[in-house]
Amino acid sequence: MSADYATLLPEIFLAVYAMLALIACVYTGKDEVAPTLVWVTSAVFAAVAVWILLSEDGTRLAFDGMFIDDGFSRFAKVTILLSAAIVLLMSRTYMAARDLLRFEYPVLITLATVGMMVMVSAGDLIVLYMGLELQSLALYVVASLRRDSIRSTEAGLKYFVLGALSSGMLLYGASLTYGYAGTTSFEGIVLAAAAGQDIGIGLLLGLVFLLAGLAFKISAAPFHMWTPDVYEGSPTAITAFFATAPKVAAMALLARVTYGAFGSVVDDWQQITAFLAVISMFLGSIAAIGQTDIKRLMAYSSIAHMGFALVGLSAGTVQGVQSMLIYMAIYVTMNLGAFAFILSMEREGRHVTRIDGLSMLSRKEPLKAFALLILMFSLAGVPPLLGFFGKFATFAAAVDAGLWWLALLAGIASVIGAYYYLRIVFMMYFGSEDTPRIDGAMNMTHWLVLMGSAAIMVVGIVNLFGIEGAAASAALTLVP
Amino acid sequence: MTTIILFAPLIGAIICGFGWRVIGEQAGMVLTTGLLFLCALLSWIVFFSVDGPAQQIQIMRWMDSGSLVADWSIRLDRLTAIMLVVITTVSSLVHLYSFGYMAHDENFRPGEHYKARFFAYLSFFTFAMLALVTSNNLAQMFFGWEGVGVASYLLIGFYYRKESAGAAAMKAFIVNRVGDFGFALGIFALFFLVDSIQFDDIFAAAPEIAQMTIPFLWFDVNAAELTALLLFIGAMGKSAQLILHTWLPDAMEGPTPVSALIHAATMVTAGVFLVCRMSPLMEFAPGATAFVVVLSATTAFFAATVGLVQNDIKRVIAYSTCSQLGYMFVAAGVGMYSAAMFHLFTHAFFKAMLFLGAGSVIHGMHHEQDMRNYGGLRKKMPYTFWAMMIGTLAITGVGIPLTHIGFAGFLSKDAIIESAWGAGTGVGYYGFWMLVISAAFTSFYSWRLIFMTFFGEPRGDKHTHEHAHESGKVMLIPLGVLSLGAIFAGMIWYGSFFGHADQVARFYDIPLAEQHEAGEAHAEAEEGHAAGTPSEEAAEEHGEGVVAAAGQAGEGDLDQAGDALVETEGGHAEEGEHHVAFGGNPGDGALYFGPENHVLEDAHAAPIWVKVSPFVAMLLGLVVAWLFYIRDTSLPRSLASNQRHLHAFLYNKWYFDEVYNTLFVTPARGLGRFLWRRGDGTMIDGGINGLALGIVPFFSRLAGRAQSGYLFHYAFAMVIGVLILVTWTLIAGR
Repeated sequence: MSADYATLLPEIFLAVYAMLALIACVYTGKDEVAPTLVWVTSAVFAAVAVWILLSEDGTRLAFDGMFIDDGFSRFAKVTILLSAAIVLLMSRTYMAARDLLRFEYPVLITLATVGMMVMVSAGDLIVLYMGLELQSLALYVVASLRRDSIRSTEAGLKYFVLGALSSGMLLYGASLTYGYAGTTSFEGIVLAAAAGQDIGIGLLLGLVFLLAGLAFKISAAPFHMWTPDVYEGSPTAITAFFATAPKVAAMALLARVTYGAFGSVVDDWQQITAFLAVISMFLGSIAAIGQTDIKRLMAYSSIAHMGFALVGLSAGTVQGVQSMLIYMAIYVTMNLGAFAFILSMEREGRHVTRIDGLSMLSRKEPLKAFALLILMFSLAGVPPLLGFFGKFATFAAAVDAGLWWLALLAGIASVIGAYYYLRIVFMMYFGSEDTPRIDGAMNMTHWLVLMGSAAIMVVGIVNLFGIEGAAASAALTLVP
Repeated sequence: MTTIILFAPLIGAIICGFGWRVIGEQAGMVLTTGLLFLCALLSWIVFFSVDGPAQQIQIMRWMDSGSLVADWSIRLDRLTAIMLVVITTVSSLVHLYSFGYMAHDENFRPGEHYKARFFAYLSFFTFAMLALVTSNNLAQMFFGWEGVGVASYLLIGFYYRKESAGAAAMKAFIVNRVGDFGFALGIFALFFLVDSIQFDDIFAAAPEIAQMTIPFLWFDVNAAELTALLLFIGAMGKSAQLILHTWLPDAMEGPTPVSALIHAATMVTAGVFLVCRMSPLMEFAPGATAFVVVLSATTAFFAATVGLVQNDIKRVIAYSTCSQLGYMFVAAGVGMYSAAMFHLFTHAFFKAMLFLGAGSVIHGMHHEQDMRNYGGLRKKMPYTFWAMMIGTLAITGVGIPLTHIGFAGFLSKDAIIESAWGAGTGVGYYGFWMLVISAAFTSFYSWRLIFMTFFGEPRGDKHTHEHAHESGKVMLIPLGVLSLGAIFAGMIWYGSFFGHADQVARFYDIPLAEQHEAGEAHAEAEEGHAAGTPSEEAAEEHGEGVVAAAGQAGEGDLDQAGDALVETEGGHAEEGEHHVAFGGNPGDGALYFGPENHVLEDAHAAPIWVKVSPFVAMLLGLVVAWLFYIRDTSLPRSLASNQRHLHAFLYNKWYFDEVYNTLFVTPARGLGRFLWRRGDGTMIDGGINGLALGIVPFFSRLAGRAQSGYLFHYAFAMVIGVLILVTWTLIAGR
């Protein structure tokens, strides 16, 4: 029993930390200690990430396999924790300037992070749901953190209602799966859906509903509708968080369900994920073209990027999981840099998110403009930047698995998608002189994250900082 | 030492081309010229010291991919040494000459710096040409081949503000592309057959290649014939032979020193060099060499006829070059590579001089190039006149018949004509007659040039004539040096290039296969004995031994030898017995003569009328030119109006440009226009624009409209999504 708890120690530690911080803040300075708390929480996240990194290799099961601590979950957890830590740091000045820096904010982020860590380690449908709801409930609240703003509250409410709907679907799928497999544990479901056999209509419906519920979390089309509205309505710092850590967690969870629970019936879910991938890529790319708000644009961008990650996932091979993990790590890095810039977009002290505010940025801020150019090119997948290698890995996985048509469609979608990234670059370098332009200075954290992210896009092509190997060994633990 | 020769021009070009802003324009010019003179000096040392088998100097590995291995390296043998001397000597003199010629140029605005660029190009050209001739594999040769093409392009288009210069540069480049395609295919074919592009390997494999067949297009053809033909197509492009010759006259748009260096002395002879270098292969391709003879003899004839009626002084010399290149190829085609190299060698001197002389006239006449506006310049430009005179004497082949005394062209051209006769084949006789007729034409147009330019009354703009002046010393010195070559080069090296087989073999380091067919008593044995050494005994034959022996005896006692020749020639011309023949395996010497190749002996044994015929032709041309342009200057006009069609045919260069324009340029332009307007404009741009401006925005608007903001729409979309997934998995997925 103590071994079980030992396996869960990082999650337990973070949960306890969240509760202690909540109580401590209530009894001390409340919002006045919030800036300190943000720093401390970031440090704790980083420390836990290092702890997980340094923990022993190998797969450990807790509570009869309900909770799995393996290479795959560790890879996802480290990515989640580090990106959450960076987002927290970036959000500090932004939130403080808008009087949003409540002490609940870091606590809620911590709880959401714990939920994500549980999600990626789930070995059972119950644990899966528990982690998912822990994460979601925290996120509903932070989405509407700006209580005096109609749009923020609207965003929170929309997210909550649609999230409830998706949870319903997920639970429905889970109950169908339980009903036809006779168990909630992934190991048991694998046995029930043995390879080569017809898995039965009940189990198949359960799978479809489970995937639909998870697709909502990664905002894959056609379950993406909440994304643009929530991204736009939420405070930008929260949007940055939405765009990074939860996406990794939900994607990892999707991989767990498909490869873990239904790993023996790849053909059955492959068509679903491939379908989701195609719809997401094209919808994300095409709908983004009409956007004038950079946050909405990033929302559609993330929808398209989830589509590309799903292309890798659909391969159903070790290579597929590996490419998905690489893609997500690169995606998170790019998004952190892009949001660092978006957070600093100000005009006369007010946050602006209109794209034409970037007009002729290169004239005034050549270095920043160039860094953003690199990030945009990388997001578009222009070689030789890192984003290209992410896409290349997923396409290669799909082609090797025989899904060349999927790779072909993904290629076409990425060409269409290049348009709106390049439009931002166009604005910065060739835009008109007359539009109201951003004029704010950038604080150190944002500058560092932006430049660091851009630098990684360029330098990373040397050996991808070794994540290729880490992702490969992580993928091996998931796929037998 | 050869390494220095090879790289000094490159270093000069780089420093002068990129660094003249630092070191100054004048310093750059002096530097390149100085380096070239150093090269020329070293080259002459190499030329006199080179001996024995080919030396290989590896500089570095260039490519190493599978069995494809090529080095940056130098192959130094007699053939290379000859080219080194020709290139560096002419190039250094042209550099010097350019100081004067390029001093002022109205094609550039005042204060514009163009001289350093010009000198850098010249030096770069020299480097590329040296890389070509020193290579020991086909890849490096191709590098040099293309390098000189680039330099030629840059220099033809040097007056970049002149539209005609730009067009001529492009024409030269594009026409050469056709030839290079053949050359490249030849290299590929050789690599395919031999699995190597090293000369040594190819030469060694030549006999085997001759036994192989290779599928080409839809035929199976003999491999040696095919590769020889493909390589010759490359040579045709570079050396402006018929069909691919059209670029050379237009190349005269470049500055005159360029014409002298590139389009007369060196680059255009690269094709001849290629054929001679590949002699081991050519010897096994009788069909291809027959083609070479026919085509090049026709070229010589064609270019000479066109040269008869041209009025631009440079174009006359350009067609003359084209014609003389035809002579060289005829010699190479009949298997007398040595004679081809001989003419290449002498031609470089006198043709460069003619061009530089023409440049001097043009310079003195304020860039007037039309000979109809010249006349009576003999007194105004005495030095230039004498230089041109020497050049003309050389090119028309003035000398004492049946001796070896004469201007350079006399010896080398006669050697070729005798070789063509000596080949003894049908194509050989065709070549012989074509070349003799061409010799008459050559004489006519060369004298016409002299008479129109330097004799008679001044014509054209009076003002220009009043200001006509002799050129400065920097331009006259090169003329003087070259005139020495034009006078003496033939007499000095006759024996080495076209003397007795034994002597030629020693010059090129070709092993001898001695056939002791001691025939009938040879009266001339004593004579040979008297002049030569006892070891000569085996070498002698019907009087030619005398020449060889005399040559060996030192001091070039040519008169005596010539007399002896005349004497013995008369008596023993008919009894040719080959006691000495070239031997060895392909690749042993700088040149290779097959065991069946007796052209040298047969040429020496040619009847007297054959040997005299070029001289007679020359006299004929001279007399007619004198009649036309000194005696009665109205004759040309009346003849032209009598024979209007013939004149127009010649004046328009046999309508080659017009035919090409109709056959190739117009259809190509039409195709290009079609692909541009319809293919690119309508199909690709239209397709992309339609997609990008029509379909994508439509869906974009649709997606925007779906994003209504209403919660129930969103929920509805999710339900529809699940519905689609369920339906699909249940129906399509099963």
